[in-house]
Amino acid sequence: MKKLANTGNKLLPWALFIVLTSFWQLVSETDEFIGRLLPSPVDIITTFFRELPVIIPHGVVTLNEALTGFGASIVLALLLAVMMDAFEPLYKALYPLILVSQTVPLIALAPLFLLWFGFGQLPKILIVMLMCFFPVLVSLLDGFKSVDSDLLNLMRSMGAGRVAIFRIVKFPGAMMSFFSGVRIAATYSIMGAVISEWVGGSRGLGVYMIKVKNSFAYDKMFAAILLVVALSMAMFKLTDVVQNMAMPWYRLQQRNTGE
Amino acid sequence: MNTFRSNTLLDVKNIRKSFGDIPVLDGVNIELRRNEFVSLLGVSGSGKSTLFNIISGLLEPDEGKIFIEGADYTGKTGRVSYMYQKDLLLPWKKIIDNVSLPLVVRGESKKAAREKVAGYFKTFGLEGFEYKYPFQLSGGMRQRAALLRTWLFSRDIMLLDEPFGSLDAITKFKMQEWLTNVLSSIEASVLLITHDIEEAVFLSDRIYIMSDRPATIKEEIKINLARPRSRDIVTTGEFNAYKKHIYGLLL
Repeated sequence: MKKLANTGNKLLPWALFIVLTSFWQLVSETDEFIGRLLPSPVDIITTFFRELPVIIPHGVVTLNEALTGFGASIVLALLLAVMMDAFEPLYKALYPLILVSQTVPLIALAPLFLLWFGFGQLPKILIVMLMCFFPVLVSLLDGFKSVDSDLLNLMRSMGAGRVAIFRIVKFPGAMMSFFSGVRIAATYSIMGAVISEWVGGSRGLGVYMIKVKNSFAYDKMFAAILLVVALSMAMFKLTDVVQNMAMPWYRLQQRNTGE
Repeated sequence: MNTFRSNTLLDVKNIRKSFGDIPVLDGVNIELRRNEFVSLLGVSGSGKSTLFNIISGLLEPDEGKIFIEGADYTGKTGRVSYMYQKDLLLPWKKIIDNVSLPLVVRGESKKAAREKVAGYFKTFGLEGFEYKYPFQLSGGMRQRAALLRTWLFSRDIMLLDEPFGSLDAITKFKMQEWLTNVLSSIEASVLLITHDIEEAVFLSDRIYIMSDRPATIKEEIKINLARPRSRDIVTTGEFNAYKKHIYGLLL
């Protein structure tokens, strides 16, 4: 019975998806003019596969920027979070500044980065880093702070020093929270790269999108969007796979209680 | 100022502690002898846990000293072990690694620690659970693992802070019986915090009755019930006489 309900839950979004895209298909087919502004799902899929040889090299560039920026932001966030947790004054000084920095519109910074760092991949990677860094850092810091104080006392009563407590209790204890941050960052990463390519550059999905928009080829625009969605989903999945490898106990627990 | 009885292991001398303007402990004196089971009985919020934090060295008293085997251990951690109501097992470590924790903290390798602790799983009724994760165990089993970890950390002085407080009544019953059995096969001196009169009488050699805040020791009661004790003794006249006496003191 439970299994049946589970399959139902998995089918439900697909059913809704099919209803919505069918409706979209109908609307697009009613009129040629509408069809040009809003290409039908069938048109988009056809264009997607026809354009694939053109889109893929752009996609590789974008994916490369996204992965580099994403990876670098995780390393940076890990280092900074560990330092901020170890030195309370650093935490107090830095946390509000980092919070405020998140209110700066990155879309406005992107053209400036282009001026400062050129038209290559560097400014794009930096934008991705700025987008991904924050959720990872905050989730890690929250993870460190949320460790049960009785557990810390227990470790202290055993005579464990700060480094041992961090290594044995705090860091593994923050993994759950860390991965929720990483998952958010993973979805941001592709988008960040596309947005930064949008403002300037010679290659990448963002560049491709600007080009096809200027030539009013909206079906190609949607084909590119499709790839952005697929890449973002892949990044999300990748995070899940890494999390399952890093936290085998959690996967077991999910399997036992989630059935 | 040395201990007056040679077999006194832990000597808590005239401990006073206030938090701000609120006096919590007002001159508490307690002794624990080797292989003795002693309970601290008092209502919730009477400062029992504060006293444990002081004995374990996590807190400094305002006045008074903690002596262990005659040496001053006031404010020093790492000597006595402390077990809480929560099992505090690390969810990402298998039971054997959770239990090994005190050895790993002392600097032993994971492998060496595993080898050392494996032999005790049988005594503690945890055989077969070595490579399970905590979430795969029942509440009672998790407390057994927590007790084994506590004992491996300091075999001679264990502080148990309402260790069965979060278990249901039936499991609690079973765990108390289990604890008396385990303690008869290992050597350990235990100081137990509880507000459960029956638990205190059933398990203890001696009971200290604590007053309301600010806490002092109201009375020390020797429990002269033969060991090993089984569940049957709780309905005997002797047992009930102790209970009645303690009720009179607390109410």
